[in-house]
Amino acid sequence: MTDNDVIIKIEHLSKSYGDKVVLNDINLDIKRGEFVTLLGPSGCGKTTTLRLIAGFNKADSGTIMMDGKDITDVPPYCRPLNTVFQRYALFPHLDVYDNVAFGLKLNKMPENEIRMKVKRVLKMVSMTDYEDRDVNSLSGGQQQRVAIARALVNQPKVLLLDEPLAALDLKMRKDMQIELKEMHQKLGITFIYVTHDQEEALTLSDRIVVMDEGKIQQIGTPTDIYNEPVNSFVADFIGESNILNGVMIEDRKVAFMYHEFECVDEGFGSNVPVDVVIRPEDIYIMSRTDNAQMTGVVKSCTFKGVHYEMFVETETGYELMIQDYNAYEIGSTVGLIIKPQDIQVMKKEHVCNAYEGVMKGSDHVEFLGSEFECLPCGFTDGDKVRVEVDFRKVDLMDDKEDGTTTGTVVSILYKGNHYYIKVKTECGEDIFAHTQDVWDKFDMVGIKILPQDIRIKPLAKDE
Amino acid sequence: MLPYVIFMAIFVVLPLLLILVYAFQDGEGHFTFEYISKFFSDKDSLSTFAVSLEVAIENTFFCILIGYPAAWILANKKYNRSTVTIILFILPMWINALIRTLATAELFSMIEIPLGKGTLLYGMAYDYLPFMIYPIYNILNRMDPSYAEAAEDLGANQWQVFWKVTVPLSMPGVLSGVMMVFMPTVSTFAISEFLTNNKIKLFGTIIQENINSSTWNYGAALSLIMLIIIGITTLLSNSKEEQTEGGLI
Repeated sequence: MTDNDVIIKIEHLSKSYGDKVVLNDINLDIKRGEFVTLLGPSGCGKTTTLRLIAGFNKADSGTIMMDGKDITDVPPYCRPLNTVFQRYALFPHLDVYDNVAFGLKLNKMPENEIRMKVKRVLKMVSMTDYEDRDVNSLSGGQQQRVAIARALVNQPKVLLLDEPLAALDLKMRKDMQIELKEMHQKLGITFIYVTHDQEEALTLSDRIVVMDEGKIQQIGTPTDIYNEPVNSFVADFIGESNILNGVMIEDRKVAFMYHEFECVDEGFGSNVPVDVVIRPEDIYIMSRTDNAQMTGVVKSCTFKGVHYEMFVETETGYELMIQDYNAYEIGSTVGLIIKPQDIQVMKKEHVCNAYEGVMKGSDHVEFLGSEFECLPCGFTDGDKVRVEVDFRKVDLMDDKEDGTTTGTVVSILYKGNHYYIKVKTECGEDIFAHTQDVWDKFDMVGIKILPQDIRIKPLAKDE
Repeated sequence: MLPYVIFMAIFVVLPLLLILVYAFQDGEGHFTFEYISKFFSDKDSLSTFAVSLEVAIENTFFCILIGYPAAWILANKKYNRSTVTIILFILPMWINALIRTLATAELFSMIEIPLGKGTLLYGMAYDYLPFMIYPIYNILNRMDPSYAEAAEDLGANQWQVFWKVTVPLSMPGVLSGVMMVFMPTVSTFAISEFLTNNKIKLFGTIIQENINSSTWNYGAALSLIMLIIIGITTLLSNSKEEQTEGGLI
């Protein structure tokens, strides 16, 4: 990719609101004529990124280049790009024609030229007969078309779309997706699209940028993102998936669910803990068990239109989601096969909770903003130490009073036989826990760790 | 429900009926158009009415001129983050207008500024400014910021955003403000009494004079005329305001 192909280049972009970091060092190149989607859950920073590109907000640091020129400090009205807003933001005091003509009139374009352009763009969005209509009398879908026309009439080099279809009903959304895709192909300009709807992103985009917690998690084509997610967040967010703990035994050999599988991944090293992703449609299910890698019992079976969705409990106690065109009876024993190329192995981001702590006396240690009881370990009061706690040993409890400290559940991932839960503690640091209990996002929990489960080590040199 | 009806009957309907009855009666209680027609033939009354309208228009104009920018600054998060400043602006509304007017008059006599048209307008603008600021502030504060962003996105600089989007969208608030400033100014008399020593007579002044000198019937006729004018303007502005939400009333 030469520099000439890049229309927007984002480098080291960061933005905070007060203490809350919304964007953390974003780097992104957007190619000329590309349909790029910023995808992620709410609060991941996708809208902030779009608003920084549009110029509505100022970045704390970093640069945005457009066509080789630094536009970081250029006000929005001088940027050659236009935005389609989530709630359309059509001017209620103007009719459809004047809304669309707004930008052209500001440019002092001759009246007959404006008329021609407005007519042409309204034709393109199939709103020809609506020129004199009051925008408030239009339906959501029609308002959306006018909003798109109002942005496109200025012939921007880049069109920014902030969840433009979020307010429409499902059927309308599907139709508009197809129209947007066609519009993009016809116009040949760059579209930057923000959405939290993974299906929409997969349908529309040339490339998807998956974001979470102010960071880019993965950039790739829809197929790349779907087939080769780089971490458990992406795998969980895009499509349905079975995410399991595994160990990479050696190149091309991975163990999970107490079973060894052949895979195609290399270069992780030997005996390294990894996350394994298997898409539900990639598990072969059959009634014969003699040639199968594993056996299991069908726990539930739901018809989903094209396929059946089944939950199967394996002989080793893991629950797998499987999609197949054939239904298998609940309670029946089935054989399962997973092919090497369908196993996606990902590096684990964390293997255990690790913090820097301070000893308080010989049998207490302070970390996560609280004092925990620990076993005497040879360190004395005031010593700085490294504290490690296994995921399994973190106890989450309903009653906040019972915990040594408290936190809020921020993400939940089902891993076949347990939940992997991320809790943001009061002091702002994260703690991860393995649990059988079912929690909901945003639950407040008490956090308890037994003294014998706190491992205390000397601080590593580089800390 | 019933207590409400009784309250309304005694304090709203009955006084209005009394005005109506007195306006069409002569001193002996006979029906007459005399007092209504007296207003239209009396040069003094008509010119007082014209002066009242003129003062009201000028006062409304000054209130918009000062009130709109004030409301805009108050509603702008960049310049004002606290609600305390807004309360400070609205605070004078809660103090009796008479006290404020008397204090203003004292102020003028202390710094030896002669009372006249200028002091009258000053006092009026001071008294009625909060009624202009509040509805405009209200509508600006609730305005979806994406309208301004959309305009900016389409190539409008700050100045163009203000004139082409913010001002038109805040018109219902301005209209509310006008209603709350213009109408009371026409009928006021205390401010002109204290701030011009009755040199300038307003429509309210002649109503008050007639009531005071016990010519109730003429006073009632003048009140009725004013009520009709207020009623017509309210209806007119309400029909305009129907489509757009906002404002104070």
